[in-house]
Amino acid sequence: MQSTALPTPEQHGIRAHSDGPIVPVQTRSERFRSTDVADFAPITGREHEWKYSPVAAFADLTSGELDGSRLEVEATDAAGLSLSWIPRDDARIGRAGTPEERASANAWSSFGEALLVEVAGEEAKTITVTRSGLGTTPRAAHTVVEAAPNSRALVVLRGIGDARLSENVEVVVGEGANLTVVSLQEWTDDSVHLASHFARIGRDAKLKHIVVSLGGKVVRVNPSTHLAEQGADVEALGLYFSDAGQHLEQQVFVHHDAPHTRSRVTYKGALQGEGARSVWIGDVLIGNAATGTDSYEQNRNLVLTDGTRADSVPNLEIETGDIEGAGHASATGRFDDEQLFYLQARGIPEDEARRLVVRGFLAEVVQQIGDAELEERLIRALEAELQGS
Amino acid sequence: MSVLEIKNLHVNVETDQGTREILRGVDLTIREGEIHAIMGPNGSGKSTLAYTIAGHPKYTVVQGEILLDGEDVLEMSVDERARAGMFLAMQYPVEIPGVTVTNFLRTAKTAIDGEAPSIRTWLKDVRGAMTNLKMDSAFAERNVNEGFSGGEKKRNEILQLELLKPKFAVLDETDSGLDVDALKVVSEGVNRAHANTGLGILLITHYTRILRYIKPDFVHVFVAGKIAEQGGPELADRLEEEGYDRYHVAESATQ
Ligand SMILES: Nc1ncnc2c1ncn2[C@@H]1O[C@H](COP(=O)(O)OP(=O)(O)O)[C@@H](O)[C@H]1O
Ligand SMILES: [Mg+2]
Repeated sequence: MQSTALPTPEQHGIRAHSDGPIVPVQTRSERFRSTDVADFAPITGREHEWKYSPVAAFADLTSGELDGSRLEVEATDAAGLSLSWIPRDDARIGRAGTPEERASANAWSSFGEALLVEVAGEEAKTITVTRSGLGTTPRAAHTVVEAAPNSRALVVLRGIGDARLSENVEVVVGEGANLTVVSLQEWTDDSVHLASHFARIGRDAKLKHIVVSLGGKVVRVNPSTHLAEQGADVEALGLYFSDAGQHLEQQVFVHHDAPHTRSRVTYKGALQGEGARSVWIGDVLIGNAATGTDSYEQNRNLVLTDGTRADSVPNLEIETGDIEGAGHASATGRFDDEQLFYLQARGIPEDEARRLVVRGFLAEVVQQIGDAELEERLIRALEAELQGS
Repeated sequence: MSVLEIKNLHVNVETDQGTREILRGVDLTIREGEIHAIMGPNGSGKSTLAYTIAGHPKYTVVQGEILLDGEDVLEMSVDERARAGMFLAMQYPVEIPGVTVTNFLRTAKTAIDGEAPSIRTWLKDVRGAMTNLKMDSAFAERNVNEGFSGGEKKRNEILQLELLKPKFAVLDETDSGLDVDALKVVSEGVNRAHANTGLGILLITHYTRILRYIKPDFVHVFVAGKIAEQGGPELADRLEEEGYDRYHVAESATQ
């Protein structure tokens, strides 16, 4: 079902490793795609898109029947923002992307109506859509966020309470629009949440996309961004705090597909406690139309205790020689004892010093959200996580 | 009258090659308001002494004691030492990403005083101290030591010294890497703290240069993990002329 391609080293920046052969890399653009779950083979757990995930923990979401009825949502009010449910055959569905794996396709095949969030008007505004009370039934959901040309808004999709949810979120950013989407996972300890976000960014438009995963047993949020037109820009940010027994995963894909597009991917996470896991995969594809691309992606993990595991895999594919810049960085490190010493040498007690350092580490991402109230709340949530063990 | 006493201090450090003895019996008493210069060649153990006083976990005290007004400092954690009135200006200050100078200073001040400082006087104090040290006000919003030049890091250390008002300060090569202008600014800061609070100072340096600006009451020559000679300011003048050469025999004999 999957096609593979053997790229040439020049095209893809792959260099032979002294300790092993070159692994054939599948070009991201050639991955199989379908909205129909029946088109995907059953999951073994060995597939490249599943091999880091505890697939047995959510077989119901990838291959079982899903309840596709409306989710219970609660939303704040603001002028220029509207919320409605649209039928699955509505033409506004399916414009930003197509599932590349089975959980996403299962959700697509199963949802009844989609939640449409429409953004209009140039003034700054915020809407928070809270999903709660989802219970333990396996569910499917579909959301479309549409930012009209030159509009501007911050849209927060928040999940609290119990959930077993597989969902797709489409984000369509019109010409010249400036949209921020925050996906905030604060589920209960036993919850499972699998999400694929597909963003299509128009000419000279900007999307800031932020994934914040704090609560849930397994949370997998995979944002794909299509920089489809000239001057499109994405700032993809992520923040996660993985506790004992938690699996927090994000597979980030940025497709540069037009001239002078820009991407910045920054994911930062902390891991604390036995069995705390995180996975970050960052795929950047610079297509041959994407001359003048400026791209940089990074993932940094802060390991606070023994018994944790952070996988961090950056991939860069470049199909044009004419780019401005492309780089990546990935680092996973222990707590820096010298930082602790410095703070303690100024009278700050150890636990407070640890909080300051972790908070500082994650602050780089929090500070970019651009909503003081939400930033404050996240900092408090992160502090609660730190107290947790 | 506060007093800091170091008695027969022996300190080891664990290295990849095994345990190494670095301090080999240091005796030193510093009283409130006194300025003691410790001078010695590279690798003689000056920073080890500084870190041991501050309680850095890498260094193990195998013998001897450190007393602050009779209290056992070695029993205290790093932060307890700072709250008891000890301060270390580090040779290589550490970067703390994501923590602004403002936030850091306020948190430290609150920890040391046991209560948050009153906002108005605190802001005034911080601004005044920064102006005195010729630090741009933009520093307040930068992350601690991140991207600071060598000189900026040292000013930031002295800024903390002036604001946290300890009883005793160990300054570990605060002069190294500073140009003349920065050296003057930093020295003035130390002298201000000394004059304002009766600070006792242990000034660690490799060069005599800083002693033109900060006048020591006592000078100790540190070689191979202990004090090889002590005297008044005139000893520094002699080192200026002769260097550490004449101690080298003694140093190689102990190694
Ligand atoms: N953490 C450490 N690990 C290994 N060796 C150390 C450590 N700290 C100091 N040393 C060694 O101890 C000796 C004294 O170092 P230091 O106290 O830094 O001297 P100084 O400050 O006088 O230059 C040196 O030989 C140094 O290599
Ligand atoms: Mg030193």
